[in-house]
Amino acid sequence: MSAPVLYLDGVSVVFDGFRALNSLSLVVEPGELRAVIGPNGAGKTTMMDVITGKTRPTAGDVRFRDHDLTRLDEAAIATLGIGRKFQKPTVFDALTVFENLELALKAPRGPIACLRWALSGEARRRIEAVLDETGLQARAKDRAAILSHGQRQWLEIGMLLMQDPELLLVDEPVAGMTDQETEHTAALLRRIAGGRSVVVVEHDLEFVRSLGRRVTVLHEGSVLSEGSIDHVQNDPRVVEVYLGR
Amino acid sequence: MSVALASPAPPRAAVARNAFRWALIGAVLLLALLPILNRLPADSALHVSDFLVSVTGKWITYAVLALAIDLAWGYAGILSLGHGAFFALGGYAIGMHLMRLIGPRGVYGHPVLPDFMVFLGYRELPWYWLGFDHFPFALLMALAVPGLLAAVVGFLAFRSRITGVYFSIITQAMTYALMLAFFRNDMGFGGNNGFTDFKELLGTPLNTPNARAMLFYASLAALLGAYWICARVVGSKLGRVLVAVRDAESRVRFLGYDTTRIKLFVFVLSAVLAGLAGALYVPQVGIINPGEFSPGNSIEAVVWVAVGGRGTLVGALLGAFSVNALKTWLTSVAPDLWLFALGGLFVLVTLFLPRGLVGLLRRREP
Repeated sequence: MSAPVLYLDGVSVVFDGFRALNSLSLVVEPGELRAVIGPNGAGKTTMMDVITGKTRPTAGDVRFRDHDLTRLDEAAIATLGIGRKFQKPTVFDALTVFENLELALKAPRGPIACLRWALSGEARRRIEAVLDETGLQARAKDRAAILSHGQRQWLEIGMLLMQDPELLLVDEPVAGMTDQETEHTAALLRRIAGGRSVVVVEHDLEFVRSLGRRVTVLHEGSVLSEGSIDHVQNDPRVVEVYLGR
Repeated sequence: MSVALASPAPPRAAVARNAFRWALIGAVLLLALLPILNRLPADSALHVSDFLVSVTGKWITYAVLALAIDLAWGYAGILSLGHGAFFALGGYAIGMHLMRLIGPRGVYGHPVLPDFMVFLGYRELPWYWLGFDHFPFALLMALAVPGLLAAVVGFLAFRSRITGVYFSIITQAMTYALMLAFFRNDMGFGGNNGFTDFKELLGTPLNTPNARAMLFYASLAALLGAYWICARVVGSKLGRVLVAVRDAESRVRFLGYDTTRIKLFVFVLSAVLAGLAGALYVPQVGIINPGEFSPGNSIEAVVWVAVGGRGTLVGALLGAFSVNALKTWLTSVAPDLWLFALGGLFVLVTLFLPRGLVGLLRRREP
């Protein structure tokens, strides 16, 4: 068995006496697609913040392959290969879908390098591949401003893919989506996982069910239950706190 | 069976772009004709007055300044309200050269020192005047000094993530501070009188048709060069990064771009272009004084770009020419009204024409 991509052990975060995370442990394998659910305030976003270096844990171990993430800043963690998609999509409205992806492509980022940049065949192929993967091929030449809500989310996921991350953190991807868009998103995330690991934080249980993979339930900053969606939905503790009684 | 393979009609946007390009080329050719028509006998129907040639030459330098502002503001979202300072510094650099060329022809007849230095009791040329007797050096300084100032101000501001209106205020303060400094006699730049009474440039006596034509064509060449550079920048991936910085800078930073460096690059380039404009402006108007640094000048130049349409290079050109034509006309028929007209224009454009005249012409596009 290969080494885990992401490894959290006994992670605690305390804000002014409030325990946002309480000895949380989580292991994500290479190529795994993991859903993380939990009621508001369970610590889902704080967990993402800890992994991406936005928040420093008060105690515990956070490892990405051989790297100790608690010692690195956000930019360094991003370049290591952890991409994060925020809830609110921020694509560049004035640019086309293709240009949005082009900006996200791994390439020298200095002003002179950008001035001299010419789209190589290889770069074009990478962009085309992501256009295919996200299903945005037909909209490549449209400005991002005129995309639907769902398409904007996929474009943002596509921009993360351009950076070729090993681990993708996706925060509430289907909030506000139509049923059809939700289905498309689930398929997209299933496709993406495999080549890389994906952690999805989501409220929508139907969506999590359609992902059909391992689910982690957070409650009050620690793991309440873990397993298949059927397993966790039948776990009496989960029924107690999450499904609300 | 053969199917007629009609080539698809070019999309409307491409047609419009082509029309625009031809209009632009036509305008440049028309401009290039002016100094030639000026040489026709005065009773010829096609004769163009000296005034029109010199005033158009001046507008061309304004158009270069407008391009510079548009590059920073329209594309990268950096609203500088101090570009007049870069323009004035370029003008002062070339002015220093023109002063050195006066030589012993000054009122006091001193072989080296300009009149104001003799008057103020200077014994010798200050060190920072050395080298300005050479034209290439003066031209280099006209570009390098504004560029350097922009690099320092930009570095300090962008590194501290000062953006938007706060950056605009800093640039206003910068040009105001320079104005006060240049007003002082002991700065060695002629105090409130500045430089004037120039005699010649590159061996050509100023205020002659030859000099006018030379400066006119130099300005036109500078405008074409500046346009080419700006078009190159905005047409490249850098241009798309600039637009992205304008619309969502933190997101661009998340993508791994060092936005401080990107903004600094474009701000310095913009300042250099403004310096070039100033260097061409001063020999044409024959005077430079600290009034060029006044904050109002910088704001006026921003209004040109707003009126023409920021975020398009053509808009900057259109704005510079149209607003200045209006100014020239209005200040001759009703000089008191100009400031009201300028203010009114700004309000009008902000409220009703956020994309300027170009937006009016291209209404259909999103």
